[in-house]
Amino acid sequence: MNINLTLIGQSIAFAIFVWFCVKYVWPPITAAMEARQKKIADGLSAADRASLDLELAQEKAAQQMQQAKEEAAVLIDQANKRAAQIVEASKDDARKEGEKLIEQARAEIQQERVQARDALRTEVALLAIAGAEKILETSVDAKAHSEMLDKLAAQL
Amino acid sequence: MADTPVEYIKHHLQNLTYGKLDAGYERFDGSVMSESGWTFARTAQEASDMGFMAIHVDTLGWSIAMGVLFLGLFRFVAKRVTTGVPGGLQNLVEVTVEFIENLVKDGFHARNPLIAPLALTIFVWILLMNVLKLIPVDYIPTIAHAMGLEYFKIVPTTDPNATFGMSIGVFLLIIFYSLKIKGVTGFAKELGMQPFNHWALIPVNLVLEILVLIVKPISLALRLFGNMYAGEVVFILIALLPLWAQWTLNVPWAIFHILVIPLQAFIFTMLTIVYLAAAHEDH
Repeated sequence: MNINLTLIGQSIAFAIFVWFCVKYVWPPITAAMEARQKKIADGLSAADRASLDLELAQEKAAQQMQQAKEEAAVLIDQANKRAAQIVEASKDDARKEGEKLIEQARAEIQQERVQARDALRTEVALLAIAGAEKILETSVDAKAHSEMLDKLAAQL
Repeated sequence: MADTPVEYIKHHLQNLTYGKLDAGYERFDGSVMSESGWTFARTAQEASDMGFMAIHVDTLGWSIAMGVLFLGLFRFVAKRVTTGVPGGLQNLVEVTVEFIENLVKDGFHARNPLIAPLALTIFVWILLMNVLKLIPVDYIPTIAHAMGLEYFKIVPTTDPNATFGMSIGVFLLIIFYSLKIKGVTGFAKELGMQPFNHWALIPVNLVLEILVLIVKPISLALRLFGNMYAGEVVFILIALLPLWAQWTLNVPWAIFHILVIPLQAFIFTMLTIVYLAAAHEDH
């Protein structure tokens, strides 16, 4: 337990070890640890950001979905209205067409009737003349009696 | 080797001393030194007669070996350090470094890039030196004896030279930073005007403050030395028991020292940080 040169030797060794540690051991290790800490922190914040982004994206998607639904509803509504209109219009058209057809038919019928009557009238006039001729045994001067015959025909 | 218990204990507590003996000194075997020269001490008396001009080869050798082991290991890791997933050894080193970093962060608020590596060096070095204590007390001395060395004490921290060597280093740093941070006048004021801030009490203050200053390295060194030395003595005493009974005391004492070894390393480190933090505080 004598105090001797060992004391100084130990102090020198201590100084050298501390110097070496300060210069070659501490900096690279702490630098690596800090770099790793930064890496992890970055990773965590990136993850946070990603989850935030995801949330935003989901919100946006839901919004778009909602909007699309609304638009679709509007479109369907419009389409329904338009279809109803078209149906209504075509019904109208059809009715008009029908009425027109009926009108035409009526007109034709009327015309045919008139023709038929005229024809009949003529026929009747001829028949009447023929009958009269038979009765009178003479021919009737068509020209002389045409006035009377026309009157007769008009009465028919 | 020794025969009686007292001799056995004394033998185990004697360092391997290489020192200078003066001309005319009578050696243990009756021979007389014809001229002064350096030699290994063969007895405790010779070792103490060598005075200051002697070296404890075992203390210095083992402490340097432990320091080299520490730096070699940490440098090895520092060279292939990765920022990715660390392996087992790097993990161990990083845990130690982080532990010291937190200690320094908590206890030392000034900016000084020297303090943390200094604390790391102190902690791991003392820890490794203390760990040597868990090697059974007779192993290494027996091997050394077979190699012709009379004494061999492997635990450097049971030698006050080693502990004082470190604490003096710390003491010089305290003085250096006190002067650097506070300046000569600031440091002188701190010594002279505290704790009683009155010119008439300057001498009293000086005595008190210088005592406080001097006590720092002494308490550092003696606390570590005292604990380790006392523990070593108890280990040697236990080794005197009959072989079959040794484990009953040896095992609990060794387990207890698993606690004491890091604790003493921690206390030395912590106090160093605290003392240097005080040296950096400008009033």
